[in-house]
Amino acid sequence: MKFGVVIFPGSNCDQDCFYVIKEVLKQPVEYIWHQSTDLAGFDAVILPGGFSYGDYLRTGAVARFSPVMKAVNKFAAQGGLVIGICNGFQILLEAGLLPGAMLRNRNLHFICKYVLVKAENTETAFSNLCRPEQILKIPIAHNEGNYYIDDAGLQELKQNNQIVLRYYKFNPNGSQDNIAGIINREGNVLGMMPHPERSAEEALGSRDGLLIFKSMLEYLQNKR
Amino acid sequence: MLKAEIHITLKKTVVDPQGLIIKHALESIGYKGLEEARIGKMITLTLNYRQKKRAEREIREMCKKLLANPIIEEYTFKLREEK
Repeated sequence: MKFGVVIFPGSNCDQDCFYVIKEVLKQPVEYIWHQSTDLAGFDAVILPGGFSYGDYLRTGAVARFSPVMKAVNKFAAQGGLVIGICNGFQILLEAGLLPGAMLRNRNLHFICKYVLVKAENTETAFSNLCRPEQILKIPIAHNEGNYYIDDAGLQELKQNNQIVLRYYKFNPNGSQDNIAGIINREGNVLGMMPHPERSAEEALGSRDGLLIFKSMLEYLQNKR
Repeated sequence: MLKAEIHITLKKTVVDPQGLIIKHALESIGYKGLEEARIGKMITLTLNYRQKKRAEREIREMCKKLLANPIIEEYTFKLREEK
């Protein structure tokens, strides 16, 4: 299964994602430059973490207008798997591929540490290998992870089982309903603030993040 | 030429963590009369044309498309002529 990792100006987790797909998941992977307009041949696309366009104006607000985002829109509309991690999640929100928006962390600190998240929906293309309600240890590293959505939007997320990950025991950033990751209604676009690519090998303190990528692979292989 | 001054603020219904901190800071240095403090952004644009109607329409578009996020923010703007 062929994975693609998008590079925006200011992305800084692109190499980590690339490494995990190639060396740990052992799948073919290619970088996708932000000016590219063609995603033919890819099975899954990763929008990595970082500070695209310096986080100017709002996180993800400028990246959303990159040429590649038109292609990502089309790719998603055709059912391709898209995962946005951290800044990638912020870009998906700004692009309208996922509902809601990000605010500054409640305590105004950039927070970089391991947190616990609970797998709330394990029947998605990104979490099918997690046990129901499994607690995952995955690090976060962000300044704007305080997920916001209005009450009607939150009800909709709940009704459609779109909340995939919630912070467990401790909410680091003040996000609504402890949300750490959500999926679109169609089930092929996921955004999450924690970094699974930073927790895919035991040497880093946790392998729980690998479950996300393995789940994607599992889904794609079954689909074929 | 036209000068536009655009103010972007978080909606009243959205918690403003920066505003809260500022309010606490002001209170800690002795200002007790604060009901609320909120922070926003100010963007100035200089336009190379003079048609006000066009400017209003374009600025509204810019705010909707890029400058403000309608989910969490609202905007106002002022236009003035500059020689």
